[in-house]
This record gives sequence, C-alpha cells and structure tokens, in this order.
Amino acid sequence: MILDGKCPTGPIEKTWDKHRFDLKLVNPANKRKYNIIMVGTGLAGGAAAASLGELGYNVQAFCYQDSPRRAHSIAAQGGINAAKNYPSDGDSILRLMYDTIKGGDFRAREHDVWRLAQVSNNIIDQCVAQGVPFARDYAGYLDNRSFGGAQVSRTFYSRGLTGQQLLLGAYSALSRQIKAGTVKMHTRREMLDLVVVDGVARGITVRNLVTGEIETHAADAVCLASGGYVNVFYLSTNAKGCSVTANWSAAKKGAFFANPCYTQIHPTCIPQAGEYQSKLTLMSESLRNDGRIWVPKNKADIGKLPADVPEADRDYYLERKYPSFGNLAPRDIASRNAKEACDNGLGVGPGGRGVYLDFADSIKRLSEDTIRERYGNLFEMYEKITDENGYKRPMRIYPAPHYAMGGLWVDYNLMSNIPGLFVLGEANFSVHGANRLGASALMQGLSDGYFVIPYTIGGYLVTVKPGDVKNDHPEFKKSVEDVKARTNKFLNINGKKTITEFHRELGKVMWNDVGMARSKESLTDAIKKIPAIREEFWQNVKVTGSGAELNQQLEGAGRVADFLEFGELLAKDALHREESCGGHFRVEHQLPDGEAKRNDADFSYVGAWEFKGNDKEPELHKEPLKFETIHLAVRSYK
Amino acid sequence: MSDHKTMTLTLIVWRQKNATVPGKFETYTAKNITSHHSFLEMLDCVNEDLIAAGKEPIVFDHDCREGICGMCSQVINGAPHGGQDRTTVCQLHMRKFKDGDTIYIEPWRARAFPIIKDLIVDRAALDTIIQAGGYTSCHTGGVPDGNAILIPKPIAEEATDAAECIGCGACVAGCPNGAAMLFTSAKVSQLALLPQGRAEAATRVKNMTAAMSQCGFGNCTNHYECMAACPKGINVKFIARMNREFIKAQFA
Amino acid sequence: MQFISSSIGRKILMAVTGQAMVLFAIIHLLGNSSIFGWLNGGINAYAEHLHSMPLPIIIGFRLVLLAMVCVHIWFGIQLTLENRGGRPSDYAVKFTQKASFASENMIWTGTLLGLFLLYHLAHFTFQVISPETAALKNLVPLHDAMVPNVLGMVVAGFKNILVTLIYSGAMVALFLHLSHGIQSFFQTMGWSCDKSQPLLVKFGSLVALVLFLGYVTIPLTIIAGILKG
Repeated sequence: MILDGKCPTGPIEKTWDKHRFDLKLVNPANKRKYNIIMVGTGLAGGAAAASLGELGYNVQAFCYQDSPRRAHSIAAQGGINAAKNYPSDGDSILRLMYDTIKGGDFRAREHDVWRLAQVSNNIIDQCVAQGVPFARDYAGYLDNRSFGGAQVSRTFYSRGLTGQQLLLGAYSALSRQIKAGTVKMHTRREMLDLVVVDGVARGITVRNLVTGEIETHAADAVCLASGGYVNVFYLSTNAKGCSVTANWSAAKKGAFFANPCYTQIHPTCIPQAGEYQSKLTLMSESLRNDGRIWVPKNKADIGKLPADVPEADRDYYLERKYPSFGNLAPRDIASRNAKEACDNGLGVGPGGRGVYLDFADSIKRLSEDTIRERYGNLFEMYEKITDENGYKRPMRIYPAPHYAMGGLWVDYNLMSNIPGLFVLGEANFSVHGANRLGASALMQGLSDGYFVIPYTIGGYLVTVKPGDVKNDHPEFKKSVEDVKARTNKFLNINGKKTITEFHRELGKVMWNDVGMARSKESLTDAIKKIPAIREEFWQNVKVTGSGAELNQQLEGAGRVADFLEFGELLAKDALHREESCGGHFRVEHQLPDGEAKRNDADFSYVGAWEFKGNDKEPELHKEPLKFETIHLAVRSYK
Repeated sequence: MSDHKTMTLTLIVWRQKNATVPGKFETYTAKNITSHHSFLEMLDCVNEDLIAAGKEPIVFDHDCREGICGMCSQVINGAPHGGQDRTTVCQLHMRKFKDGDTIYIEPWRARAFPIIKDLIVDRAALDTIIQAGGYTSCHTGGVPDGNAILIPKPIAEEATDAAECIGCGACVAGCPNGAAMLFTSAKVSQLALLPQGRAEAATRVKNMTAAMSQCGFGNCTNHYECMAACPKGINVKFIARMNREFIKAQFA
Repeated sequence: MQFISSSIGRKILMAVTGQAMVLFAIIHLLGNSSIFGWLNGGINAYAEHLHSMPLPIIIGFRLVLLAMVCVHIWFGIQLTLENRGGRPSDYAVKFTQKASFASENMIWTGTLLGLFLLYHLAHFTFQVISPETAALKNLVPLHDAMVPNVLGMVVAGFKNILVTLIYSGAMVALFLHLSHGIQSFFQTMGWSCDKSQPLLVKFGSLVALVLFLGYVTIPLTIIAGILKG
C-alpha cells in the first residue's frame, strides 16, 4: 500500500496556517462530551492532556509511574531548539527546518518539519509563561547556547536540567487541569492492549500495577505518547520502565510501525563498567561545546594517564575530520567515529570502550568556574558514577542507545492508519528522519502536545459521534480475556531464567548485530537469533508472584516479550533498507571516507511495517518522501 | 575504574506484602558486589538470586536510574537515599560501603505516604499539593513573547535552584514530623520569584500549604533534616521564603 | 480563623510568642543583674521601681505575658501531638544530620521551663515556698523608705543547694530551648536566607548561652559566697 501523509499543499510557509483554518472545529459546548485517552504523560502526553483538558475535552490520562512528573523526558539535559533568532545570528524558521531535515539525512516529511520549526517559537513563550526558569543573561534576556548540527545559537536551556524544567512545566499545566476536573489521571497503569472496534480505535486495556486489576477504558480517540523503544538494546540511556509495549500493542492491532531501524546512538554517555550494569547514563552533548574529544594516536599510550599523553600524540579525530563542525558534528557521526577509534584498538578505559572528552583547554580559556556554571551537574553526575573528577582529568565517554526516531506511522494530523489512534512525541516517527539533532526531542514533544494535537484531533472528532462505544462492548471483554490469558501464561511457565537474563541476551544481539554498524550478515544473523531467544523465553522464563498484586517481574515479562517480537521487526527493517542514512549505518553502504551513503533513488520513503504475527512476514507499506523546499543533498559536516 | 574488589554484605530489608498486612525485616546476603555497582544494581543482583531460589524479589521504585525522575525512594541505614550529599539511591554507589557491612533498607516512613509493598510507598499526596496551586494559570497559546518580561539572571538562577526539586519525597522521609515543607516551599518559591508566577502568589501559598496539611503531612519545626536529605540540595531558605509569602498573603 | 488553623500560621504564633518571651527573659536578666550593685540600691531598688508603676500597667503586662505563655504552650502541645503522627513509626537506625538534641526535645525543655515557671512564680512572685524569707514580709530601709527585702529573699533561697540546682537545671533547659528557638523564630518569620541562616543558628545559640550564663551567675555566686545578702 502506498501511504498518504495527507500533507497540505501550497507554499510551505502557509501550510500549517492554511491547514489549521481548513480543519473543522468542535463546538465548545460539545467538547466535554468527547472522551480522549492519553497514554503517557511525558512532554508530549502531559502537554497534550493539559491542552485538551483546557479546551474542554474529557481526558483520561495514564502513566506507569507513580506520578506524571516522572516521565523520562525529565532526563533530557541540554536544551530545546527554537527559531527565535534572538542572537541575530542568521536563524529563521526555514533554517531550523533545513537543519532538521538535513540532520535527519533527508528521511523526514518536509511539512511536519516546517510545522515543528514554526511552532518552536510558541513553545518557548509557553514555557516562560508557565514559570520555566530558562537561563537568562544579566540584562534579563533569554540566553542561548549552540548545539550539534547547527551553526546558529538557538538552544534555550535551564542549566543541565532543561528536560526536567519543561516536563515540570507541562506537569504543572496538567495538574491545573486535574484540579479543574477536565483530566482524570490514572497513575501506575500500564497499557497492554488497544481496543479496536470496526477498524476504529475505541479504547485501551490497562493493568493496574498496584492491584493487578485489568481495567478497560473507552474513548472517542486514543492518543499514544508512550515514548521510544531503545530499551530493546537492554543497555540504553532510557529509564528502566521505558518499553515498546503500548506501541507494540497498537502495532499488533494493525497500526503500522514506521522506520524502526532509525535508532540514535548518543555519543556522550558514560561507558559501561561491568556485566551487572543495568543502564547507561547520558551526559548532555552540550558538553561538546567546550570539551574536546580525543584518543591516543598510539596504542602504547592507552594505559597511560591522559595527562601523560603529549599533545602531539593525541588524535582529536572530530576536529581533524570535520574542521567546520569539529566536536559539534551530529550525533551519529560522533558516535560512529568513537566506535571506529575503539575498534582500531585506541579506546581507553575498561574493555577499551571509551574516548576522552577533555575540558583542560576550556578551563584554561574560561576558568573552572565558568565550566562549573555551565555543566556543574554533569560533572557531578560523572564523578558519582565513575569516581573521577572531570575537571582534573578528561572524562571518558562512549556511545549508547538513546532515542528512537522510528515509531508508529502517523499522517500530518498525527493520526495513525487506524482511525482514532493518534501518536505523539517519540512514539511516532514523524519529524526526525533517520537522525535527530540535539535539543530537538523536547521541541517535538511539546510541539505535538501543545500546538499540534489540540488542533488536529478536533478535525477527527467532528466526524465521530461522542460516546458511541462503551467499554461493555464485546471487543473490550475480548481484550481483557486476551490480556489475562497472556498474564497467566507468563506466570505458569515457571522456567529457569529471569526476565533480566532474557533481556540482556536480546540486548547483546541487538547491540552487536543491529547497533551502530549493521551489515547484511549481522542482520541476517540477528533475525535468526531473536526468534530463538523468544522461543526459549516462552518455554523457560521464570516470573514469580501472582497477577493480583504489585508484581515487577510480571510487568517486566510483558515488556521483554514485546521487545523480543519488536526487535526482530527492527532488524528486518534494517536489513531491507539497503542504504546508510543517519542513525542507520550499513557497512556495505558507505562513501570512501566512511561516511553514510544514502540511496535516494530507491529508499527515499518511509518504511511502515504491518505486523502480521510472529510466524508471518511483516508487510511493508511505503510513503514516498518529496523534497520541494529543501533539496536532497549529500549530508556533509566537513 | 582501577580495582574491582568484591564485597559481601548483609541486607536487612523491610518486606511488606501490601498496605494492609504488617511488614517485617528480612535478612539477605548480597554477594560478589563490586565498588562500581550502583546501590540499585546491588539490589538487582540480590533479586536475581532470590528469583533463582524461588523466592519473591524485593520490590522497589526506580526508573531513570540517573538521579532525576525522583522515583527511587529508600531509607538506607536511617538516611533517605543513603545520606551521601546530593545523591539519590540510584546514584549511590557501593564504593560507599565496605565488605561485611550490614545495611538496613526501609521505605519512606510518613503518615502521608502509605506503604504499597516492600519499599514502595504511595506519594500521590505530593501531586495533590501541586494540584492545589503549583502552576501559573496560563493558557496554551496566547502568551507573550518569552523576552517580553525580563528576568534578571540572579532571580532566574534562584528560581532554578528551587525548581530542581525532583519530588522524590526524601524531605518528608527525613523529617521527624513527616512534613512536606521543603517540597511545597520549593514550588511556591520558584513561582513567587518569577514575574509570571507573582499574580497568583497569595492564593497559591495559601492553597498549597492548606493542601499540605490536609494530606496528613506534619508541621515544620525547623530541624532542617529535609535539607540534609534532599538529593538536589534544596535549601531551607525556600521554607523561609514560603513563610514570608504566607505572611504577605494574609494582607493581600 | 484560617490563620490559626494553618500549619504556618500556628508556627508564626509560636515564633512570635516565643520571641516575646525571649525579649522578656533578656529584660528580666538585665533587671536581675542589678543584684550585682550597678543600680543604686541594688535589686531592692529595682523591685521597688517595678512595683511603683501604675497598677493597670503591671496587671496589663502580666496578662499579656500570661497570654503569650498560654498561646505558646497550647500550640506547642498541639503541634507536637500532630507531628508525632507525621511519622507513625521510626526507622530501625536513627540517623540525624541537621537536627540537634535541642531541636528534637523542644517539648521536653518547654515542659521543664513551664514547670520551672510555676515554681519560680511561687518562689519569688507569690513567695509561698519559704514564707519566712518572703521579701514582702521582711522590709528593709531604702532611700528613707521601707521596701521589701528582695535581696535577702534571693540570697536566702539560693543558699539552699537544692534550689540552686533547680534553678541551674532550668537554665540548662532554657539554653537548649532558646538555642533552637531563637534561630527558629527568624526562619519561621521568613527573615532568613541561605547566607544568614547558618549565622542565625550561631547567633541564637550565642544569645541562649549569654542568657544561661547571666542567669546561673546569680545562684552560683550566692552559693559560692561571693554575693552576700
């Protein structure tokens, strides 16, 4: 099937405004009759729930944490982009759009990206009004910093806590609506199934994580803002609870999964210390503004203290290879180069998986206090984890899975191919293409939540009669039975291996074979190995406790089981995409200098997969990508 | 990353089936722990052993494991988050302990935080306090340009100091009175400092402190244990500021 | 009223009444120090000066003080009981970082001070503890008039080791109570910031120490035989 993104037509500068005008409006008096389900309350979900509640809709919001303030958006450190052009350094909406499209290696939909760039400015204003304490200069104006993949200074920030501050802003707006009664918050609930009635999304089935009760909720529209899936790699920078489960339950009900192979590996994470490691910690890539990345030129210097390696024997490889962007080269490039250095045996630290991020020059130039003011909390975090002082000796960093550019396929209105199912934020595939630039995730989450879905959902709702389907419909009953049957299955296997062991095993396959550098062999291998692990999982997993209580093992079992299915799809997508672009790097497809080699002739499309069960091949649907405003070009950061 | 000494530790952990059944301490042994294990990774290892032995693993709240989500909540040897300066449990590393140590692990204990299971407590009361007024009543869209109102850097910085609160509830757990003054004052102060929040400052402080009492939190008696327990180093000056705002609100 | 049912409102009442009593304690000590002779006629002259004030002022002053004490005690007990319930069960290991013995035992030092106050009033105000040395009954000449012999009463009282011990013990309680209470006043009133707060803690303890030393000097110098009747 050829998918239609339903993008507006005409000059791109007018598209979003025109589209907003063309969208039908819901009568204010009728809004409270419509029920909307919001799964996830991070930046996208929290902002959307608050905005929809304020508009007068009846919103039911769900999160697996104990409070909507804890979603993993909170961990974003660096900042949020906006085309304000406050520093007058040549920024504009068009330039932000251009950078995002180029950063995404020409695999995103132009119209969505234009809209994102256009509303980016509203986001900053909105957050300031909410009392988000952005960094200011002494005159009281908003301060900006620069970030990877851009040559203008357009990133707004609040220390190293931007994600936290923006999420708490959305959380405060959400809290206001909860108090007002327009949003009903259901915490410690995990979505386990999407209920589709006659091809239309009509509700969800969730597990109450405290009591174990399986609940159903009906609505006129279901929004998923359930985040990304890179915990499929087991070790990632995501929170432990992040999963593909909500998205995957929708995919199993027919929602197309787009570009799952576009995963971002973040270059500035703290390297793994041992086998027992449960997650990786990211440090904002804003560190690359003032830190210089290097490895020793000679293997003989690897064991030495970094200070003992003379300047002439250090290879500042990003500065050498990409003179104009230097240490600020985009994430995928920085990550791949770090891997390459380590593969060449020049890595530092345990297992030789690390490169230096050195602040000595900046401290000399700006003083330690300035560096502390800019990144104090990151240095603190680094020291807590590694017991090393980043001011005194260079930090060690290594790439780690961080963000999923892929996600459920949505059209311009953020609606999936299932009518009534909307997907927001990291959970959808829309704007980042094959690679996301720094400080763009927060922008997208809030853009979708505050400024897109409140408009576009109305256009859908006017076409449905409110409250048409209640949760006594047979489809809901069936959904509860399915979920209960699966739960019982987990509990009754009573095998030998824990969910963590299975997850780790899957993670190793994913990281080694479907990680930063993928090949036909490695992917074919992974596609063989993953079903084998899945098979064993269903024979030999051990899940303790019962279903009628708080049971973290049971929660984990469901998530790992879904990753074991999804991981295979990711590998298949990576195998089918015979090109390198952004976060997807196929070793067969590279330029002589090791850069990603895109294949625009054959792969300039969104690959949206229809899952048809583990025993059948998924079906690929394509949405061709058109570039009318930004012209296809070889991405170069030299 | 130099030495990987392994340790064996004795854990005395609070186990409680659910809110209605009384809990008790159980003793476990944590083996093969290195100084680079985080505290939660140490518990992961213990849980893997428990599962292998056919026993129920210890449940505890955790999510981001990088000290920012505020989910993790354990009292270790009487100290919320383990007592290391500006550190959450998930950021606490085993290099703080030595081979042979005995470690007591308990949930937050406060009237306003009923225990759900083992080390997990219900912190919904903190959300209730925020819902009582921890926001500015701005609409989505229709707000002025971000630079329309200038905010001097020192004010923005102080507001950020307050806004760093992760809502973990360690201040409540550390307070002998189970008070939520530091938590409440951080939000009240952040919004009172910023011009965007000034308009509602008086009603906010009244409503939020009233919600605080209704939720069953105790009263502040200026022990400052909250500040010592806070993993983000939120200063008790914000409690003073909230008190000031409260007095001002009486005349507003 | 919302104010006196609120958590912070009641704390403010505790702080204000407590601080008023601290001011009283300071003035009281200054007055008492006349026993060392800096005022012509010593403590007897000071007592006579107080008693010669118009009756409504004396009664009014005493009523205000009484009201302060009552409010302070009432809310002190109420808040303590509420706070006890704030943490229903203690931790297995007690670990305190900032709280002090003084801050944790305000209710007990306060109770001791309350009991002491009753004793002190009975002893020197109503003079019923040892009627034979009561100042009101033993007049002495001062500037051509006969006035109550306060000095004699005080000296006679403190010659008793038990009385001196009671007074000194109470002053230890006063020191502890104020070492937390004075800085707490500034914090509760919001007259404190991150820079001043640690200084206020020191300042509060210093004032408490000065009051303690000032007050115990009187019985100690008497029992040591330095100050004579």
